[in-house]
Amino acid sequence: MVNIVKLVVLGVVTLFAMIAANYARDLAYMVQALIVMLVAGGLFLWTLRGVGEEKPAINQGEYMDDVIRFGVVATALWGVVGFLVGVVIAFQLAFPVLNFEWSQGITNFGRLRPLHTSAVIFAFGGNALIATSFYVVQRTSAARLWGGNLAWFVFWGYQLFIVLAATGYVFGGTQGKEYAEPEWHVDLWLTIVWVAYLAVFLGTIIKRKEKHIYVANWFFLSFIVTVAMLHLVNNATIPVSIFGSKSVILWAGVQDAMVQWWYGHNAVGFFLTAGFLGMMYYFIPKQAERPVFSYKLSIIHFWALIFLYIWAGPHHLHYTALPDWASTLGMVFSIILWMPSWGGMINGLMTLSGAWDKLRTDPVIRMMVISLGFYGMSTFEGPMMSIRAVNSLSHYTDWTIGHVHSGALGWNGMITFGALYFLVPVLWKRERLYSLTMVSWHFWLATIGIILYAASMWVTGIMEGLMWREVDANGFLVNSFADTVAAKLPMYVVRGLGGVMYLTGAIIMCVNLYLTVRRAPAREARLSVAVPAE
Amino acid sequence: MSKQPVQKNEVSTTGHEWDGIEEFNNPLPRWWLWTFYLTIIWGIGYTIAYPAWPGIKGATEGMLGFSTRAEVAADIEAVNTQNEAINTRLASAELTEIANDPELNGYANSAGAAVFKTWCAQCHGSGAAGAKGYPNLLDNDWLWGGDIESIHQTVTAGIRNEENFDARYSEMPAFGRDELLEDEQIDQVVNFVMSLSGDPMDASLVGEGATVFADNCASCHGDAGLGDRDQGAPNLADAIWLFGGSYGDIRETVYNSRFGVMPSWDTRLTEAQIRAVSAYVHQLGGGE
Repeated sequence: MVNIVKLVVLGVVTLFAMIAANYARDLAYMVQALIVMLVAGGLFLWTLRGVGEEKPAINQGEYMDDVIRFGVVATALWGVVGFLVGVVIAFQLAFPVLNFEWSQGITNFGRLRPLHTSAVIFAFGGNALIATSFYVVQRTSAARLWGGNLAWFVFWGYQLFIVLAATGYVFGGTQGKEYAEPEWHVDLWLTIVWVAYLAVFLGTIIKRKEKHIYVANWFFLSFIVTVAMLHLVNNATIPVSIFGSKSVILWAGVQDAMVQWWYGHNAVGFFLTAGFLGMMYYFIPKQAERPVFSYKLSIIHFWALIFLYIWAGPHHLHYTALPDWASTLGMVFSIILWMPSWGGMINGLMTLSGAWDKLRTDPVIRMMVISLGFYGMSTFEGPMMSIRAVNSLSHYTDWTIGHVHSGALGWNGMITFGALYFLVPVLWKRERLYSLTMVSWHFWLATIGIILYAASMWVTGIMEGLMWREVDANGFLVNSFADTVAAKLPMYVVRGLGGVMYLTGAIIMCVNLYLTVRRAPAREARLSVAVPAE
Repeated sequence: MSKQPVQKNEVSTTGHEWDGIEEFNNPLPRWWLWTFYLTIIWGIGYTIAYPAWPGIKGATEGMLGFSTRAEVAADIEAVNTQNEAINTRLASAELTEIANDPELNGYANSAGAAVFKTWCAQCHGSGAAGAKGYPNLLDNDWLWGGDIESIHQTVTAGIRNEENFDARYSEMPAFGRDELLEDEQIDQVVNFVMSLSGDPMDASLVGEGATVFADNCASCHGDAGLGDRDQGAPNLADAIWLFGGSYGDIRETVYNSRFGVMPSWDTRLTEAQIRAVSAYVHQLGGGE
């Protein structure tokens, strides 16, 4: 019966995608319709072949780890793709000739830039969050993932979303909202996947065998719920045609800008901060084998962070059409947010007290600690940049780019690498990682890469901000825009080199993880059965 | 499951455990809590001082009367007031006299540089060296005249635009596209034009090219190809090429013609600004 429903749905989707590809009004939509057609058609055949076959019995007492193994692989691969595109566009900015004439409209900076941001945030970060949240919620609830194969739907559905989003950027289907570039039909698909994700996560928490919900799960849950809300409000659009990418947003003018940055800032706040704090709260105590520093701090900083972050968006719109009162509130909430953000850093770092010696011997712990260092630095830098007077210098400059990268490369990247190094031996039942030396190489390449990146962007950012506002005694501007661009070249090259180092580190990680699966000694039957702890 | 057991001098844990993770009952760090309180108190104070809390019809204005828009308006007003007298003088001075008045000239140059970098650099380059299709303003080669009055007129009305009736205007025929010349003739005249500036060319075609030139081109570019500023017809005998001096570039120009456009600036800039940028360009090196 279930199979028949599945076949009908897949058949209808395939047919509709075929029609949509035929009537498509633009290239991006056509390519996406063809992808959907192929995927749905393939699934149709696969389901058809499986009709009537006995399904292997699933031990409900066992953790569902297959989907997490896929998630780990996807995280590592998308990470490399995202970093690679980042390196390409960094050099495109330094050397515009790399925007090749023959590939205009596909691989020029304007098309690749959203590809880079989405690949690292949503493909790398998103897969990391889905995989780790599935892992953590099972272990800390002592329960198998709820919903049977729904977790597989979440994983593959999310990969389909990534592919649809990416083809949209490259072929020109975008609604032009930062971090929310996918057009309406891709947004609808993500909504379905996200609701399924929420169901799996919440379902698992509800059927947990532990009395209390572990702090990591609060963070993961807040991330899933808030991202759903942000996504729906910021993507409230009316499609021009059911057969085309283009849609028109419901919000107008400065309201649209405000909604966009309410979304944009909380994508940072809930996707890249709350979600990754969830990761931190599990993997750091596990790797350090120490209790979390303070339960009380985790409660207070969780609720303060959740309450305050959502108001901070207007600081992206200082000195614009946004009324002053909204800009003031955005700034004030950003500054009050400083300590709640640091609460996570303190709780993570202090968890290591009594185990500081591990920093010398365990490069994975070192990675996690430096991620907290960068987290603390960028959550201080952020409130500082939200101050109107600072922002009048930093806004629209490379300083902003440096800020997001010390957060993204330093915090999100490093904590994810740490989690991957923890997960691979456990999930593939290996005694240990293939090579700690390679982890050390990764650590140093990534750290020096980030420092080159952030430092060069501070220099160009502040320089360009000062050049823009430089006036002579009569009040006339001294520099043309092109002068500021020309002055940035050396720092752009340094930034690109930083990116190359970071990318190299990530490739070393992939090799190391692959060799861990292939060559590291196997571990005897590790506990993968759901048993509640005391 | 923690492998390092809790040490004796440490605080107790909460008693919960998840997958081996426990939590200490440590209190909030004092410095953390007090900094948090301080930012909250500061936030309340700041929102009293500055516009902040929205109501039904508007928001609180704050005790300091702060407004970003008023700040910008005041800044602009201050600069305008400071420069008002000299702007009036610049707008009414004889154009040719600006260079002889050190105070006026110094002002015109710095104001002109700012205007140039804001409005003109996009095409002519921030150093005014131009680019293919956009004239170099540093050299002695002027299409429409290089004295300050001509420059002033060009900046005011622009070139070949549809917005200003006084815009400078001329149009070269598209000799190939409109079938005014045979391909063979175009080939000949291109080689002739290249011979004028001594570029390497096919000497066997130059003789016929000269005839084609005399019949079709000389009326604007002159018999010797020296150009005519009244029509914006470029000098073809020098080594300066606006749209490129290779065989292919010149052939393209003859075949399809070119139509360089410059906007008129009298609706966007004040008379003082136009004069300032004219003086600036005039004094870049090539002014006559």
